[in-house]
Amino acid sequence: MTAKLNWRAIRAVATRDLMIVRRSKNVLLPIILVPLLLLVIIPGAIGFLGGAFDMSGDMDDLAMFFEAMPGAMKVQFAGYTDNQTMIVFMLVYTFAPLFLILPMMTASTIAAGSFAGEKERGTIEALLYTPATDLELVLGKMLTSWIPALLVTLVGFVLYSVTVNLSAWGTMGRVFFPTPMWLALIFWMAPAAAALGLGAMVLVSSKTSTYQDAYQMGSMVVLPLILLVLGQLGGVVYLSVGFVVAAGTVLWIIDGVVLWFAVKTFRRSEIIARL
Amino acid sequence: MSTTGDTVIQTHQLTRHFDQVVAVEDLTLDVHAGEVFGFLGHNGAGKTTTVRLLNGVLVATSGEAQVLGLDPLADGPDLRRQTGVLTETPSLDDRLTAIETLTVYGALYDVPRQDLERRVHDLLAHFELGDRAGDLVGGFSKGMRQRLALARTLLHDPTVIFLDEPTAGLDPVGRRTVHDLIADLSRRDGRTVFLCTHDLAEAQKLCDRVGVMEHGRLVALGTPEALAHELQRGVRLEIELDAEPDPKVLASVAPATTPDGAAPAWDEVARVARVWLPTRAAIPGLVEALVSAGSHIYGVTRQEPSLEDVYFALHDDGETGRVTGGGI
Repeated sequence: MTAKLNWRAIRAVATRDLMIVRRSKNVLLPIILVPLLLLVIIPGAIGFLGGAFDMSGDMDDLAMFFEAMPGAMKVQFAGYTDNQTMIVFMLVYTFAPLFLILPMMTASTIAAGSFAGEKERGTIEALLYTPATDLELVLGKMLTSWIPALLVTLVGFVLYSVTVNLSAWGTMGRVFFPTPMWLALIFWMAPAAAALGLGAMVLVSSKTSTYQDAYQMGSMVVLPLILLVLGQLGGVVYLSVGFVVAAGTVLWIIDGVVLWFAVKTFRRSEIIARL
Repeated sequence: MSTTGDTVIQTHQLTRHFDQVVAVEDLTLDVHAGEVFGFLGHNGAGKTTTVRLLNGVLVATSGEAQVLGLDPLADGPDLRRQTGVLTETPSLDDRLTAIETLTVYGALYDVPRQDLERRVHDLLAHFELGDRAGDLVGGFSKGMRQRLALARTLLHDPTVIFLDEPTAGLDPVGRRTVHDLIADLSRRDGRTVFLCTHDLAEAQKLCDRVGVMEHGRLVALGTPEALAHELQRGVRLEIELDAEPDPKVLASVAPATTPDGAAPAWDEVARVARVWLPTRAAIPGLVEALVSAGSHIYGVTRQEPSLEDVYFALHDDGETGRVTGGGI
């Protein structure tokens, strides 16, 4: 490894891969469709429908449900009507861990194409014959996955903010989103989730040779997020600012370890030996 | 080990195994500055593995190598700045345009920014891709892809050029273009070309020296002419006659088959009999036998041994376990 990183080479790898991503339908489609479904269509429907029905008569089960919530969470709903409580619970709390799927999925989808996909297409060999070091190649490819994931996160966040405020305006009567917890989620935890998605995919890609195999194996990294959703629905977890900052910190530490291994795993001699 | 004088590539007992498979075994060779060195062998003989080892993208199991005085593994980035490699498959992404491909690789090879645009346009024009510069590579023919991959190989003005089967799958025009390019790179520009091929006519035409690989081992090294004479077995004759000779007459002097398995043959159109004799001394006997049998002989031509003869002779020896170390 040379002492100094050649940022021109890193940028060249990232630029090349981003141009390829931009022209790849199988990569772009999930990156566009999943946010549309998750951040516009479903929350929009919840916002509209949440105010359309009178929930006061059906609240026995919900009352039991909220009773099981942690105390700190119940405080958040003080002063809300039943409909407002339902909307805030769904759109502010339940959707928070689901939102994290977005940066993770974006990063891992692009990384699968950039690492395993490139082996599958037979285009990596010429790249390995360039003077770029292993570290420069892997950094360029990681940036290719991480930067779009951050962009999708920010654009998705803006879309989600507009959707939930507009769709629930009739019930809430004010701008109620984003909350401080969501700001912590977007600017601290989401970048870490994206890094975890790409780190896992780099590790998986070293063991697989096709895009599909890598994508399927790497997708397992979203399982903790599903557990987070279930934990919150079961009243075990409450997504406060403190929780998000703490969970984000843990995630960054895990990222550090995973990315360190990922960089160590990316050896051109190992890759070319498997071609 | 250090390269000296005009030696640009030097290996000593270079070896690479993949688990139990021997890809390259005890490879010892020198390649000199400015020469076209042909590296011959069947698919899987170890040619591509050698190129990978010499460029520091694959780790040797044992042995040493130096290219341009650099250790391929320890000095990989510095070495690869001075070498250009045309891979066996063009390794081009269908979703980039020709100009994007060269521009990106120009940055990766650290071509000075102020020169890059001009260099890219010059190469695209040279390889007759100028009018397709903005088109996606996915729409290119095989020949166009190969030309673009060659342009990429030369983008950073490398001193040593590795070409792995550069004419595979090209039409005759494409092959001639590549042959002219190789000749220019060596004779005109003084660059060293390491040419991996299994096209023997190509090697004979272009190469100053050749090395023949068989199952990962170098079984011959030298100029095509020297190898041909060293490994020459018997004599090939073309005998111009008025009519097809009696096979019994031929059989009385010439063996039923040649070392590469061909039988004596009669070319009705050229009216030529092609015969192989084990020794030069058998020629007068054959001529005498033909004349005695009533044949009219208009000419007897001795065929010079070709690289193809050498190659098959080595291959046959390899198959029977008698590997010739000729020229090494």
